[in-house]
Order: sequence, then structure tokens, then C-alpha cells
Amino acid sequence: MSPRAACRLETLGFHQVYDYVAGKMDWFAAGLPREGTKASTDRVGDHARSDVPTAAPDDDSGGLEARLGDWDVCVVVTDDRVVLGIVTAEVLAAADGGAVAALMWEAPTTYRPHTATEKVVAWMRERDKTHVLVTDPGGHLLGVATRSELESATASSPSGSG
Amino acid sequence: MPTLVDRDGVRALLEREGQLVEVLGASAYEKEHIPGAINIPLRDLPKKADTLRRDHPVIVYCADSL
Repeated sequence: MSPRAACRLETLGFHQVYDYVAGKMDWFAAGLPREGTKASTDRVGDHARSDVPTAAPDDDSGGLEARLGDWDVCVVVTDDRVVLGIVTAEVLAAADGGAVAALMWEAPTTYRPHTATEKVVAWMRERDKTHVLVTDPGGHLLGVATRSELESATASSPSGSG
Repeated sequence: MPTLVDRDGVRALLEREGQLVEVLGASAYEKEHIPGAINIPLRDLPKKADTLRRDHPVIVYCADSL
């Protein structure tokens, strides 16, 4: 629709017309501000923690377990934080060193930050997931949200299902 | 030809007093829109275009590229 609007404006005599083709979904998916009656809906991006441990694919997995702290996952990312996969604490505990890439699960589900928290919680319960990755439209890691935090948020939300 | 612009481009244009216009219907706009955007549905553009300044950039958007 926006291409038609942009062309129509030009036919109406406007000469500085720009078309943001990716639209507001792209804007919201990047975690940027929003306005409107639904703008205050609780979103998974509000709970994404950027302090999750990360590693490069060619890092040695040897010392990684000690870096996890309370986390049960490490996110494998490129130099500019594009998500490549994850390594779980369980896998690390059973591993005998080697490159992180060899232990990595390459297909973790990712959500955009504007996804409603309730929807994400329902998905996590259905699949018994403890965490979910939150990325921008370019696949860059914004953070990881834990199920316990998301469930707390939906429980305290006026529209939460508890 | 209108110029295609990405998210960073939109932010830069807004700093240059760009006018952001959501061309979806009023209902979609009221639910959620980009801060600072005004709503002129596509079908209303001819009669409401004069509310826009012609000497400043105009950025139009809808929901997504689909």
C-alpha cells in the first residue's frame, strides 16, 4: 500500500517522497517506541536480558560452562551479534572441549521484541521451553527472555491469563 | 520515483523535519503507530495532502512490505 501512496503523493506535486516499505512492523520489531491504544501491551522485548552469555562459533567450549552463571544457555553469535545458534548447559556439561560450533544447535526459535508476551508464554508452555531468544529483523541478538520472568509479567498484567 | 528508505533512513529524515504518514485506515493507526506519525489513509490522500508541507520530506508507511 505504501508504494501506491508514495506515487500518489508525487502525482499531487510532492517532490521529497520516501517510502518506508518495511513499515511499522519493522519499526516495532526493532524494539523502537510505539504509540496507540495497544501500545502498552506487554511485549517479550520488554523482558529480554542482554546479559545472556554469548560465544563465537570458533571459541573453545572448554571454559564456557563456568561463564554461564545462572543461565542454562549460551547464545552463539557473529562479531556483530547475529544469532547462529545456542549451546545448552546440558550439552556443555557432557562435552569434552572443542569448538563451540561443534556443540551448537543451529535452529533455535527467535521472536521479535514486539511479540505479545502472552503469545510467547503459551508457546513456551506448549513446548516446555525455559527461555526464548529475541532478535531484531536482521537476526541480531537483543536478548533472552526466561519463561519465569515472562510468566510473572503475564500474571501481573491486567489482561494476563495467569 | 519515490525513494525507498529503511529504518535508519526514517530516523535520519525525522531529524530533518520529515513528515511521517501512516496510510493505513484509522483503526489500525489508533491501535499502534510510529510515534510522531499522522494518519492519512490512502483513499484520503488527494483531499488531505494539503495538510502536508511540500518543502519537507514526506515518509509514507503501512504495516509491512507484504
